[in-house]
Amino acid sequence: MKKRNFKVVNKPLRKIDAMTLALGKPSYVGDLKPRDALIIKMLTSPHAHARITSIDISEAEQMPGVHAVLYYGNVPRIVHTTAGQGYPEPSPYDTFMFDSKMRFVGDRVAAVAAETEKIAEAALKAIKVEYEVLPAVLHIEDAMKEGAPVIHDEPEARAVIPVPYDKDRNMAAKVDMDIGEFEKGMAEADATVDHRFYNHYGQHCPVEPHVSMAWVDREDRIIITTSTQVPFHCRRIVAQTLGIPVRRVRVIKPRIGGGFGAKQEIVLEDVVAMMALRTRKPVYWEYTRKEEFISARTRHPMLMRIRIGAKRDGTITALGLDCLSNTGWNGSQGLTVVCNCGSKVLPLYRCEHIHFNGTVVYTNLPAGGAYRGYGATQAAFALECAMDEVAEKIGMDPLEFRAMNHIKSGDTSPIFRALGEGREGVDQAITSCELARCIKAGAREIGWRKRKPHSDKKGRFRRGLGMACLMQGSAIPEIDMGAATLKMNEDGSFNLLLGATDLGTGSDTVLAQIAAETLGTDLEQIIVYSSDTDMTPFDVGAYASSTTYLSGQAVQNVAEKVRKQILKVGAEMLDRKPSEVTVQDSKVVEKNGEGQVSFSEIALYSMYNTNQFQIGDISSKIVHHSPPPFAAHFAEVEVDTLTGRVQLIKYVAAADCGTPIHPKLAEGQVEGAVMNGITYAMTEQYLFNDKGRMTNPGFGEYKLFTLRDLPEMKTILVPSYEKTGPYGAKSIAEIGINGPMPAIGNAIYNACGVRLRSGPFTAEKVWQGLNGNLPEVKSE
Amino acid sequence: MNKITRSWIVNGEPREAEFAPVRRLLDVLREDLGLKGTKEGCGEGECGACTVIVNGQPVLACLMAAGQVEDQAEIVTVEGLEKTETGRILQQAYIEKGAAQCGFCIPGMIVSSYALLEQHAHPDAGLIRESHAGNICRCTGYEKIVEAIQTAAERRAGNTGS
Repeated sequence: MKKRNFKVVNKPLRKIDAMTLALGKPSYVGDLKPRDALIIKMLTSPHAHARITSIDISEAEQMPGVHAVLYYGNVPRIVHTTAGQGYPEPSPYDTFMFDSKMRFVGDRVAAVAAETEKIAEAALKAIKVEYEVLPAVLHIEDAMKEGAPVIHDEPEARAVIPVPYDKDRNMAAKVDMDIGEFEKGMAEADATVDHRFYNHYGQHCPVEPHVSMAWVDREDRIIITTSTQVPFHCRRIVAQTLGIPVRRVRVIKPRIGGGFGAKQEIVLEDVVAMMALRTRKPVYWEYTRKEEFISARTRHPMLMRIRIGAKRDGTITALGLDCLSNTGWNGSQGLTVVCNCGSKVLPLYRCEHIHFNGTVVYTNLPAGGAYRGYGATQAAFALECAMDEVAEKIGMDPLEFRAMNHIKSGDTSPIFRALGEGREGVDQAITSCELARCIKAGAREIGWRKRKPHSDKKGRFRRGLGMACLMQGSAIPEIDMGAATLKMNEDGSFNLLLGATDLGTGSDTVLAQIAAETLGTDLEQIIVYSSDTDMTPFDVGAYASSTTYLSGQAVQNVAEKVRKQILKVGAEMLDRKPSEVTVQDSKVVEKNGEGQVSFSEIALYSMYNTNQFQIGDISSKIVHHSPPPFAAHFAEVEVDTLTGRVQLIKYVAAADCGTPIHPKLAEGQVEGAVMNGITYAMTEQYLFNDKGRMTNPGFGEYKLFTLRDLPEMKTILVPSYEKTGPYGAKSIAEIGINGPMPAIGNAIYNACGVRLRSGPFTAEKVWQGLNGNLPEVKSE
Repeated sequence: MNKITRSWIVNGEPREAEFAPVRRLLDVLREDLGLKGTKEGCGEGECGACTVIVNGQPVLACLMAAGQVEDQAEIVTVEGLEKTETGRILQQAYIEKGAAQCGFCIPGMIVSSYALLEQHAHPDAGLIRESHAGNICRCTGYEKIVEAIQTAAERRAGNTGS
C-alpha cells in the first residue's frame, strides 16, 4: 500500500477529553444533577404477563415530598417504538409510556418523583396494584405455537414500514432471502453440515447505567440531559410520545459512560420529560444496576439453524441460515438486527446458492435492542463454527478453507443488494479487503502451524487453537445522514459542531483530526462541541459503525468548503488568485513566492477589515456504500478434561479498518470489543426462574472479566485504504465482538473434541460434552 | 437517625461533614462534599468505580458507611491525585496510553493504581492484576490500562531512584 503523508490523521494524538476524564472532572449526567432535582423511581411488574385490574395511587400522591405519580391513567397513550432509529422506524410501534398490560417482569407500572430517593421508594410501596396474571411466553420456540398467549393484543400495535408483522401470532418481523437454488447446492455437495446453535441473553453493561434528567425552561421548553447515543432520535421520539412538537424539546448529551448500543434506545427520557412537565421542577432518573439488567435492553437471543454444503476441493456449494430471534416484550430493533445476521455475515464467503430466513418473535422476557455487533455477533457464531465442521468433513485445514473462499477486493455479493436494514440493500463491490493479510498475521502470532487435531491430544490439560473470520459494515447506505458545522475564530481556531455522538469511543477526537487534516492546522485548533439538538446539526447518532465513515465524511466536506473560503480570503490579502496559494501549517502561503498570512490574520481580516463575513459552513453526508471492515481472530485455550474448565490462554485479533484515523483509539475499539465478546463467550448469562424473572441481576452473579481474568491479548491493525472513506478509513467499533464465540468454540473443539453450540462455555457444558451427555441446544 | 459530624483530611485539605452515620461514604463525597469524580456503577461493591482511599487503603465508597470513617481520617479521591507526584505520573500515563475511553471507570481504576504504586514501587504483572481485580472496565479490554500502570510504575521508580 502506498505510504501517505498525513499530518494529523493516522497519528495517536491525545484524545481531546482524556485530561478531563483522567482528572475526574464533573462530566457525566449524574455529575450535573441540580441539588433540587426530584428523584424518579419506578414501580415495576412482578409478573411476566398480566393485566392491571386496579391501581390506586392516591396514598402515594399525598405523601409529603411526593410531587407527582405517573401511570397509564394520567399520561398520553401514544404508541411508539423505543428504538432510536431513523424515521419511519423499521421497528414496530408497540410501546406506550405506561400501559395497563404488563409484558415482562420489570415492565413499568407507575413512576414517582419525590424530593428524596427514600421518599420516592416509600411512595412506590404505597401504590396499590392488583393484577390478573396471564399465561406467559417464556421460551422462544413457544411464541408462535398455536394457542400461545398474545403479548401485543392492543389494537394500536403495528409495523410502520411495509414488512411482515403478525402480532396475533407474536411475530414482530420476518425477512426472507433466497439466491440461486439452495437445495440444489446442498445436493451438489460432497459434505454437508446441518446444526442448531443458540446465542444466549447478554447485556452491554456500560459502567454508567442509563441516566437522564430534565427541566422546563422559561420558554416552556423541555431540556433533557441524557446518556444517549441518539440525541436527535431521542428528541423526535420523546416529542412523539408526549404528543408535543419537536421544537419544545432539546436533548443534550454530555460525556457518557459507555453505550455499546444500550443507549440507542429511549429507556428513561420519555418519563423524565413527562415528569418535568408535570412537576415543573428538575427531575432525575438513574437506573440501578438491577434495573439496568432487567428493564434496559439485551442482545437478541437467537436459535439458529446453519446449513453448509462443500465439495472436497473446498468449493462452498450452499449456505443456509435460519434465525429465530427473541425480541422480548417489545420489537425494538428486532427486524434490523436479524437482517444483519444475513447481510453482515453471509457475504463473507463466495457461494452461489444461499438461503436466509429471519423470524422475530415476542416473548414475555427482557427486550432485545441494539448491541455492538447487531446480529452479526449471533450469526458469526453459527457460521464460523459450522465452517470448521465442514472443513473437517472435507479434510481441509479450516484456515485454508476460509482463505480459499472469503470475499476479496473487487468482488461483490448478491446479498448486498438483496438485504438491507428492513428493506432492500445497496449493491456494492468490495474496494478494500486485507482479510488475507489479517489471516496470515494472526496465524503467525498464534502459532497456527503447530495446530494438531484433537484426536492427537492426551493428558488431563489439553490445549487447542481456533479461529474465525469476520466482517461488518460502515454505516447504513442511502439511509444514515450526518452533518457538521465549522466556523473560524479570531485566533485561527475553529468551532466544530457535530451531531455525531461520542459515547466514549473517541469520535470527537477522530472527527477533529479529520477537520484539522483537511484545514491544514493542528488538532489543538479544533474546539469540538457535539450532540446538542439546539446547537449542533443533525446526525443519526452513534450506531451501525457509522461515525468515522459517515460523520467523518461530513466533517471532511465542511472542512474542504471552509478551506476554500480561507484560501479565497488569504489570496485576497496576498493579492493573488486563490489558485496561486495553498494552506500549510495554519497559514495560507504562496505556491511560488514568499508571501504568507496566518489563519489568525485571515480570521481577523474577514471579521473586521474588508468584505467581512463569517468564515464557516455546514455540510451533510449520506453514503452510498457500506464498506466492510474485516478481521481474523484466533484463540488458544486449555481445557481441563477432569473438570471441564476452559482457560483462555491467548487471543489474537487482526483487523482491517482501512486507515486507522487514530491508531490507539482503533486498537482500543478492537480490544474492548474483543474483551466484551470473550466474557459473553465465557461467563455472561441471564438466569431466569420459571416465572420469567431474571435471578442474577448484578455483577456478583453476572460475571464480567476484570484485570485478573485477562488472557494474553494481541491486536494487529492491518492497514488498507478505503477510497470511499475519509482519508481511507472504514469502521472498527463493532466487528471485534463477533469473534470470541466462534474462535473460542473452535479452539475448545480442537483441544478436546467437544463442540459447544451454545454459550457461555462453562465447565459444566464441556464436562458434559467430554462425558457424551451434552444436552440438546435450547434457549434459557 | 441523629446526624454525626466528622472532620476528615480530604485530598490534603481539612473538610467537615455532617451526616446520618449509615449514609454511604459515596453519597457524602459526591453530594455533601461536591466531589463528583468518584462514580457509582453498581452500588453493590462489584464494579470498583467508587474506589477511594481511606488511610492508605483502597475501599469501596458505595459499601462503606460514612460513619465508619473516623475523625481525622485521610481520604484520597480522584480529585486529589493531581496534587501528588504519583497521581500526576499516573494521569499522564493513562492519557498517553489511551487507557480512558468513556472514562467512567477511570476514577476508581486510577485510584486503585495510586494505592498500588504508593505501596509497591515495583509491582509485577501479577500484583497489577490482583490490585485491580475489583475494577470493571467495559470499554478498553484492560490492555491499555495495564500499559499505563506499568509505564507509570517505571517512571515513578525512575524519578525517586528507588
